[in-house]
Amino acid sequence: MGRRLAVSAAALVILAVVGAALWPQLLTGHDPNATDPLASFRPPGAGHWFGTDQLGRDLFARAVYGARHSLRIAAGATLVALLVAVPVSVLAALGGRFADSVVSRVLDVLLSFPALLLALVVVTIAGRGELSLLLAIGLADMPGYARLLRSRLLVVRNAGYVEAATGLGVGPWTSLWRHILPNAAGPLLVTATLGLGVAVIFASGLSFLGLGAQPPTPEWGAMLAEGRSTLAVAWWAGVFPGLLITVTAVAVTILGRDLRNRFGIGSVRP
Amino acid sequence: MPTRRDAGRLARRAAIAVVQLWGAATLCFAMLHLIPGDPVDIIMGNQALVSPELKAQVRAGYGLDDPVAVQYLRLLGDLARGDLGTSYQLQRPVWGALAEQVLPTVQLAGAALLLAVLLAVGAAVLVPERSRAARALFSGLEMVAVSLPQYWLGILLITFLSLRWHLFPVIEAGTWRSLVLPAVAVALPIAGTLAQVLREEMDTALAQPFVTAARARGAGALAVRTGHALRHCLVPATTLTGWFVGSLLGGSVLIEQVFGRPGLGQVALTAVTNKDLPMVTGVVMLAAAVYVAVNLLVEASYLVIDPRVRRDGT
Repeated sequence: MGRRLAVSAAALVILAVVGAALWPQLLTGHDPNATDPLASFRPPGAGHWFGTDQLGRDLFARAVYGARHSLRIAAGATLVALLVAVPVSVLAALGGRFADSVVSRVLDVLLSFPALLLALVVVTIAGRGELSLLLAIGLADMPGYARLLRSRLLVVRNAGYVEAATGLGVGPWTSLWRHILPNAAGPLLVTATLGLGVAVIFASGLSFLGLGAQPPTPEWGAMLAEGRSTLAVAWWAGVFPGLLITVTAVAVTILGRDLRNRFGIGSVRP
Repeated sequence: MPTRRDAGRLARRAAIAVVQLWGAATLCFAMLHLIPGDPVDIIMGNQALVSPELKAQVRAGYGLDDPVAVQYLRLLGDLARGDLGTSYQLQRPVWGALAEQVLPTVQLAGAALLLAVLLAVGAAVLVPERSRAARALFSGLEMVAVSLPQYWLGILLITFLSLRWHLFPVIEAGTWRSLVLPAVAVALPIAGTLAQVLREEMDTALAQPFVTAARARGAGALAVRTGHALRHCLVPATTLTGWFVGSLLGGSVLIEQVFGRPGLGQVALTAVTNKDLPMVTGVVMLAAAVYVAVNLLVEASYLVIDPRVRRDGT
């Protein structure tokens, strides 16, 4: 009962955030970048639900418009990570012993870099901005996914139905595409859902450091960075964007765990 | 007691660790060579009036006019001797600059880890197994803690505990009071993950025959948990703790920025923004070395914690 309620609430939160990302103008009448010197540092209230900042910009409008940037980076990064992880893990699991040991060692090396440092270096190479942030997070997330899929592929490739397909004359590529990958991908998709929540947090953190969306873009992490200098007079500038990040991450996690339970997959540790 | 076979296994692990460090150095070298721009411009700063002769001199001084292969081999040689080179920006050895900043980061990481372990063990030991309400409450708390961005938690703590209620200093003052808030901000999300795993393991352990036996002997609920079941959770908890120690260095970048604390995170951020390549290499290699060493330690600790690992040899 409680679990059902939590899952429904999480789904609603996700719908609201995706809605804000797609049609922000439906949720707020304010322009996220319109300044109003007469309305600076208004506390949260009827006119401005999340208050206003130093320039009198409506922080609720900025938060609503910010959903687009935060979601786009997190979802794009997870997609990039998966798109790279699939061929890499196929090469490791099905490409013979040598390929497996080389790929596994490279993945080990990537995992030994702290994700944030890896992302910092990637952003330095590719320059600041949303796209390079997306690539940086994707690269940092990839090794975990590749490792997981590799271990699943190693199990599935020896399954009876794969052997049967090979016996019936199905070619290796067709077998990979039609039989092996679909059966190995389940845990990966569940983990990727959980990883999406982590990516939202990670992306906002890098934006907070000034590496992603540049001001005045209303990205949640960038908003926190802007609000940080005025915390003494405007606590709200440091509260609401972070609250949105946390609520979004919790909602994604609840949905991911529900998926995991439905598919009957055991606990997935970091 | 660990046997000779264990020693052999650890030696093999150590060899893998060296390969891993070599891989990290190679990857770092390759990535830094992709960074656009001339390193000499970074070394000289934004001076348009530097003569080509001087530039060539500086280039030769840093060995940047050598072929890439030579530069790569020189880096490996230097690293093998423990030499991290000279910072472009600070014009001093990278080792010295890093060594100065190690202490604040280690203090923060140590305090945070201690707090996280205490909180997680406390949750695992104290949450009663039969109370559904308490379990649901803790599951919820853990999930929120896991999803809290550390840097936002830091901002919240500063806003309310420092700026509004003046309980803690706003900026780093070198006292233990200024360590409390950053440590809490780092520790809470870690404690959440650790508690999730510990409580799951605790449930498994409490269903084991040895727990029933202990209860039959008349051991109380708390004694069973701390004296018998908690040991059972040590292996996964150690694995996870090792993973966190490896990630703490990266995580310190954000927290040190929020709290204005000195430390390795700040060094890393400055080095990357200024494209100080030797400094970036130094930080990356230090992080990789810590990660590898901690994993090796975790591996070795299994031998002490869990006798089954010794027997099975897996």
